[in-house]
Amino acid sequence: MIDSLWRDSVGAVLGIALLIWVAPLFISPYTLTILIIYGMLALSLGMIWGFGGILCFGQAAFFGLGAYAYVIAAINIGESTLPMLIAVLVPAIFASLLGAMMFYGRLNDVYLAVITLVVTLILFKFMNSTAGPEYIIGKARLGGFNGIPGFPTLNMPGNPNAYIWGDTYFYFCAVTLGVVFLITTLILQSSFGRIAVGIRENETRMSLLGYDIRARKTVLFTIGAAIAGLAGALFANWAEIVTPNLFSLSQSAEIIIWCIVGGLGTRLGPILGAAGLSLLKFLLGQQTLIDNLLITGLILVLFVLILPKGIVPTLNDLWSLTIGQRIIRHRRRPRRRTRRKPPRD
Amino acid sequence: MDLSVVILVEFLYAIASLILISAGLAVIFGMMKVINLAHGEFMMMGGYATITAVNAGVNIFFAMLVIAPITIGLIGLIIERLIIRRLYGRLIDTMLATWGLSLFFIGLAKMIFGNTTTGVSTPIPGLSIGDYQINGYNFFIIIIGFIVLALMLFVLKGTRAGLIARGTMQIPEMAAALGCSPDRVYLVTFFCGAALSGLAGAILAPLVGLTPSSGATYIAEAFITVIAGGPALIIGLLSSASFFGTINQLFTFAISPIVGEVMLLVSAVILLRLLPQGITSKFFKGKF
Repeated sequence: MIDSLWRDSVGAVLGIALLIWVAPLFISPYTLTILIIYGMLALSLGMIWGFGGILCFGQAAFFGLGAYAYVIAAINIGESTLPMLIAVLVPAIFASLLGAMMFYGRLNDVYLAVITLVVTLILFKFMNSTAGPEYIIGKARLGGFNGIPGFPTLNMPGNPNAYIWGDTYFYFCAVTLGVVFLITTLILQSSFGRIAVGIRENETRMSLLGYDIRARKTVLFTIGAAIAGLAGALFANWAEIVTPNLFSLSQSAEIIIWCIVGGLGTRLGPILGAAGLSLLKFLLGQQTLIDNLLITGLILVLFVLILPKGIVPTLNDLWSLTIGQRIIRHRRRPRRRTRRKPPRD
Repeated sequence: MDLSVVILVEFLYAIASLILISAGLAVIFGMMKVINLAHGEFMMMGGYATITAVNAGVNIFFAMLVIAPITIGLIGLIIERLIIRRLYGRLIDTMLATWGLSLFFIGLAKMIFGNTTTGVSTPIPGLSIGDYQINGYNFFIIIIGFIVLALMLFVLKGTRAGLIARGTMQIPEMAAALGCSPDRVYLVTFFCGAALSGLAGAILAPLVGLTPSSGATYIAEAFITVIAGGPALIIGLLSSASFFGTINQLFTFAISPIVGEVMLLVSAVILLRLLPQGITSKFFKGKF
């Protein structure tokens, strides 16, 4: 376990280094920044869905809440260090309440998906209707469908005039993604993470073993929301405007598509899926021949039909079937033999 | 007196439109257990089918009641054969595939009809009750809504086809052993569900400005109505549509339409928390 943690840390540092030095040669740092932010957002869902088995249709709600919380706090406070913290805390608290309500009610699968979807819609409808001057929090007008432009962006802690922007902001986001990735790894490799995977596999068995499933699911859900909130705050800084579209159905859909295409049950899959598909969308957006959504939809349908496991797990399987098998033949063999018979419930 | 009639009509209208919106989904999701996230797009296409037919000079009632359901039913048929057929029993995968379909259809509609708002005028003139003016089309929706419900009840409970469909949905192996092809039953049921969605979209089209993405406005309401209804299809649909329609109209009259919509969603969350299996898991058990 310690070994794999070392391996992952080295991998993450190498990945970030590659991102900072090599990637800007091909793609502009401005575009890369948003790819990183989306990657973080996908990671948040990939963690609670891929490892915890909680299919949340409303990850966009936490993303949007984080962005709005940051903006409203930044306008009122005038600098960015405390608002960044608030942007993580507000979605986390909201998610812990929502999660407690759902998991202590033993809601599952479809019901959970529909409730999270409905909550996102409520936020979307509410935010769209706040155009009037009476909707104001401190100094910040909510602005309805126009959104909130013009707020203080990220600055160095303690010095509100030293803004972090452009290339520096890109480095900041890249490093943040690396840190979040490592934190996720730590959580998933701790006993908490392993028990979460156990709950995903067989909830009844885990509860008979004495684990409090409801509390554990709520905590995992909250962690996912906190990461999504952080991504939201980073997005607000990148876009320099927040609009209710952050809460829209298509935003929620996209996060799920990223995870599916990249591969569930992996940490890297969602990040790669998000970055790859966003880049594709960005490139497709530059042509007008075929509509963007049409292609996104086709990709999703094809993936569900042909590669339901996603890219990263499929590549993993290919690797272990061909080259990898030859290398670690001795270690793998006994495990494969015992695995041939599927366990019966 | 006049006001009470107007309010009654508004309440019935809200209930009937919820029934219409959810009927197709009740068949596809409630019976077949396919989470059809493209339901809204089926409705959107039903609307476009109507408008296209009317622009081509077809009578609007014929377009709404015949052309739209059949067109969307046929589209549903193709989708079932190509995609859904492979996914029965895989709940999450049907959801993702149909989400992909929904994006695909939005994109397709944008390419064909353009990203603009289109519409047809309502074919029935308004009428006045005392000092109040009501949209005459509301009556039409109320009547169609309840006819659809009665028809579904009749087909499912009163005919041999309905019996076969219900039996196949419960235990497909048993139905196959008794000589029905589950494959064909699923196909026909999906056709009916898609046709009902198309009908709903066609009938609601004159009331809204239709855009390629307008399916999204229906999808949440349809899902919460069907899920809150619970296992008994028809009575569940009726009871949850009445519940949500009443709440929506109450808050619309008391405060504003936006608050009405938000309260509908909030009440859905509370209802699902209290009765996660739906209204009919507690009440009206074993009926219809």
